[in-house]
Amino acid sequence: MSPDAGLATPIPTVLVIDDEPQIRRLLRVTLEANGYKVLDAATGREGIAETAQRQPDVVLLDLGLPDLEGIDVVRRIREWSRVPVIILSVRNSEDDKVSALDAGADDYVTKPFHSGELLARLRAALRHSRPDAAEAVVRAGEVEIDLARRVVHKCGQEVKLTPIEYGLLRLLSTHAGKVLTHRQLLAGVWGEQAIGQTHYLRVHIAHLREKLEADPGRPELILTEPAIGYRLGTGD
Amino acid sequence: MTDGRPNPDALLDSLRREEAARRRGRLKVFLGMCPGVGKTYAMLEAAHRELNSGRDLVAGYVETHGRRETDALAAGLPKIQPRRFEHRGLTLTEFDLDATLARHPSLALVDELAHTNAPGARHPKRWQDVQELLDAGIDVLTTLNVQHVESLAGTVAQVTGAEIRETVPDGVLDDAVLELVDLPPSELIRRLHEGRVYVPERAEAAAQNFFRVGNLTALRELALRLVAEHVGVDTQQFRRIQTGAGPWKTAHRLLVAVGPGPFSEPLIRWTRRMADGLQCRWIAVHVGHPHPLSEAAQTQLTRNLTTARELGAEVVTTTDEDLVHGLIRVARDQNATEIIFGKPDAAGWIRGWRAGLALRRLVRESGDIDLHVVRSEKVGSAPSFQAAWPVFQSGSQQYLWVIGVMTATGVANLGIESLVGPRVPGLVFLLAVVVLALFVGRGPVLLAGALGALGWNYFFLPPRFTFVIERPDDAVLFGTHFVVAVVLGQLVARIRAQHQAERAREARTTSLYKLTRDLAEASSRDEVVWQLVAQVDHVFHAGVAVALPAGGQLAAHPDGTLTLTEKELSVADWAFRQGRAAGRFTDNLPGADALHLPLASERRIFGVLVVAVPDRTLPVAQRDLLEAFARQAALVLERVELRAVAEQARLLAESERLGRVLLNSISHELRTPLAASTSAASALAEADRSSPEQRHALIGEIQEANARLNRVVGNLLDVARLDSGNVRPRFDWHDACDLVQTTVRELGPDLAAHPLKLMVPTQPLLVRIDFSLLQHALGNVLLNAARHTPPGTSIEVQAALTDGSLLLSVGDRGPGLSAEVLPRIFDRFFRGPGTAVGSGLGLTIAKGFVEAQGGSITAINRPGGGALFTLRLPQTDKPPAIDPSL
Repeated sequence: MSPDAGLATPIPTVLVIDDEPQIRRLLRVTLEANGYKVLDAATGREGIAETAQRQPDVVLLDLGLPDLEGIDVVRRIREWSRVPVIILSVRNSEDDKVSALDAGADDYVTKPFHSGELLARLRAALRHSRPDAAEAVVRAGEVEIDLARRVVHKCGQEVKLTPIEYGLLRLLSTHAGKVLTHRQLLAGVWGEQAIGQTHYLRVHIAHLREKLEADPGRPELILTEPAIGYRLGTGD
Repeated sequence: MTDGRPNPDALLDSLRREEAARRRGRLKVFLGMCPGVGKTYAMLEAAHRELNSGRDLVAGYVETHGRRETDALAAGLPKIQPRRFEHRGLTLTEFDLDATLARHPSLALVDELAHTNAPGARHPKRWQDVQELLDAGIDVLTTLNVQHVESLAGTVAQVTGAEIRETVPDGVLDDAVLELVDLPPSELIRRLHEGRVYVPERAEAAAQNFFRVGNLTALRELALRLVAEHVGVDTQQFRRIQTGAGPWKTAHRLLVAVGPGPFSEPLIRWTRRMADGLQCRWIAVHVGHPHPLSEAAQTQLTRNLTTARELGAEVVTTTDEDLVHGLIRVARDQNATEIIFGKPDAAGWIRGWRAGLALRRLVRESGDIDLHVVRSEKVGSAPSFQAAWPVFQSGSQQYLWVIGVMTATGVANLGIESLVGPRVPGLVFLLAVVVLALFVGRGPVLLAGALGALGWNYFFLPPRFTFVIERPDDAVLFGTHFVVAVVLGQLVARIRAQHQAERAREARTTSLYKLTRDLAEASSRDEVVWQLVAQVDHVFHAGVAVALPAGGQLAAHPDGTLTLTEKELSVADWAFRQGRAAGRFTDNLPGADALHLPLASERRIFGVLVVAVPDRTLPVAQRDLLEAFARQAALVLERVELRAVAEQARLLAESERLGRVLLNSISHELRTPLAASTSAASALAEADRSSPEQRHALIGEIQEANARLNRVVGNLLDVARLDSGNVRPRFDWHDACDLVQTTVRELGPDLAAHPLKLMVPTQPLLVRIDFSLLQHALGNVLLNAARHTPPGTSIEVQAALTDGSLLLSVGDRGPGLSAEVLPRIFDRFFRGPGTAVGSGLGLTIAKGFVEAQGGSITAINRPGGGALFTLRLPQTDKPPAIDPSL
């Protein structure tokens, strides 16, 4: 098995930063079985050094490291690298996740996780990290978003969207499969001054779902990430 | 019983004494016959010996009178600086008790035990300071001249003619070691002539008179005898333990009559010595009179009774119009075999005559009780005191009334006389006296009798307007009239006094009964305090406060009617620590404004009752009542405390039970999936023996087991979060429809067996909630519905904004909730009967998370069958307006 076809590097490298040897062993087996090359580090400092020296294609970062706060590791890496960072964390630590995402992490996976979920996140992260990745058309389920022409089709029919709705959808589409925090969405669509005005987000997301979802009562396209934000489902 | 073996009671008694002595400091008194024998020197020498053997000692106060050898000895000792008092422009230096207590040495030197402290010191007398040191466990060395021993002061005064002002109660010496510092009189006189004895200059003449060989020999004998007798008491106690003779070897029971005079104390000591000798119990009785005592007399009486109690007597106080009758009554009640009565002194013929009369009646009425009449001499220089039985106590108003009524009767008699002759007015006068006797005291009745008799004689009996009586029958009538009036007055007055006494006694009993009854209902410390304050206030009309220990020091309970000043609080603190009454009407810190009684039970002291009595005196009966109140309150406080302890034990048992339930439940919930996962994994390890389908099934088992484990651990963590109070909701605007949809979506496979019906508005429903907490709560309720209804049962979820609240409801058409389940459904670890799955935590967590954001959760049976859970989240804020241009 190989990761997505047509990647820039034939074998993508994943750096796993986790202090638990068992988790490192398990991830190595899972990822190598899925065609990744795996590096690992047991501490935050070691992980930062590995990132600098070995230039992995993606970093899996556990938030509960013994030496550094996860968010500090994200910040330090972001000082000089745009390598995708996926957070591994436990339930009930939404605040930590949000601050790590706002600090520049790309996505998160909650422990315990299914390997399918993890691999989907990895693929999404790798896809967006490529410089030539900007696709003109994004497909998600029955919906097709043509970013160049700024038109949206659902089952072949064009859907009329307001500028705000289109702005929201465009932002979600360009990060398809990745989580976007409330803050990122508000800042990206309305501007920095709108951060905190979550009720706008709620109303417009509801309207988008109403227009685009196959069954608006059971959304599959725009997914709510409780206490964190939203994600455009790619059917992965 | 006298088989020669040691009596266990006596042994216990001696052990207890030893224990008390171990806790209490030991007192050593250097006793001399007079100043100048070298007591201070001897004390200092002893101190140096102790210092050399490594004892931690300080010289609290040493009076060297500037003698060189003494000075030199004193200089070598660590000292406590004396305290300075300003008094009428003079600076007085005194022993600093507080500094010594704070320093808490093992041994303290305090010279001149009989010294009177400067006004403003804690105690009036230095021996009281020493008592406190001993109570604090500090050993004390002190000095004393024999003339200052209270029971000997009278004798010394007789022998030497010198008045003794400063005395030390004999009781202080009871547990002390006495060391006699002896010097032959001739030697002492030689020292005096050499100027080696300190004598104040103004007293030189008196000193010349005092230091005569005759005097000194007598004093020396007194001192020697005192020390010898003291040894006797020690030996007696020792012998009692050795021979095994019980504490009350004989059937004797002594009863001593205690009055409010200074004569009573020697009497008490005499009785104690006799009781020691006879090895029997003894009782001190005070027969109170309905008439109040003067302040000085009251104080003296209290002191006398305290002395008796301290010397080991049972103290009984009673009220009776008639002293002799009261004494005999108590003696019979208490089975006394002997009554000790003071011999009337010669001071004042009326008192002497009255006491003589009482003595004669006592002799006549005591029957088989023996009578000891003991010469009671006045000791020290006690204040002159008021008669114990004041005759005329009625106000002048009553006398005016009597004069008025008798005059009116006289005027009326003038009319009567003109109709029926001169004899009848006599009867009318008598009638007036009888009527008056119903209302006024004894004195006024006697006056009425006299006025009636004389008025009749003067105005009506021929020859009129003279005091001469002509006819012999008139003389007899007059005499009879007079006697009848007097006897009548006495009788009526006595009956009334008895009635009053009865009433007073009844009032005491009633109030004590009422307090006991009301306190019995008190179930908390606050209630006890409240009842105590209310009762004392009601009975005594006094300001009341209750000081209770809080955080290491006493603080006034807010229910008190009296505000405690810093000073009163410090007195209360003393009473609390010492477990003795203090403040006004006592010998401890008498400068205080209020009386401080410790609330003490057998086990411990709970606090202090502070009473500010507005009157200048506090009769013994009242004081007894107050003490009874304090005792009663302490007993109830103890009961309340014990009950609290029992309650705590019960709660502990309950929490232990819960803990066991938790362990059982959790171990089951954790072990089951662990066991499934482990055995499935080991089966997979032997993969070559199983088919691909079997392997697939095994992997499914592992996944299900792990999902279950994950859920149990999540629940436990949520409960821990709730218990630690760490659930702080983060409110934000959310779409309630999104909440329902996300919850359902994330539970996915767990709800797969049940058709879901979501009833949510089509438009976004903006509410202010904590999304994660509420998602959890709703999720747990949904899981509960899925788990406790048969597969295929549909579940309805509804979200609506009703009456300013977000209502989330989860309804099913399952079996519903039984009456047994319904009231306990949200209880921790509660699992419905016959339910095998679940930890019994899901709904508890749901309730906790909903309540954490100010909401509520209810469970009912739906009409038409099935259960309905409703989560209600009150919404106080209106959703903010959405600007359509954005």
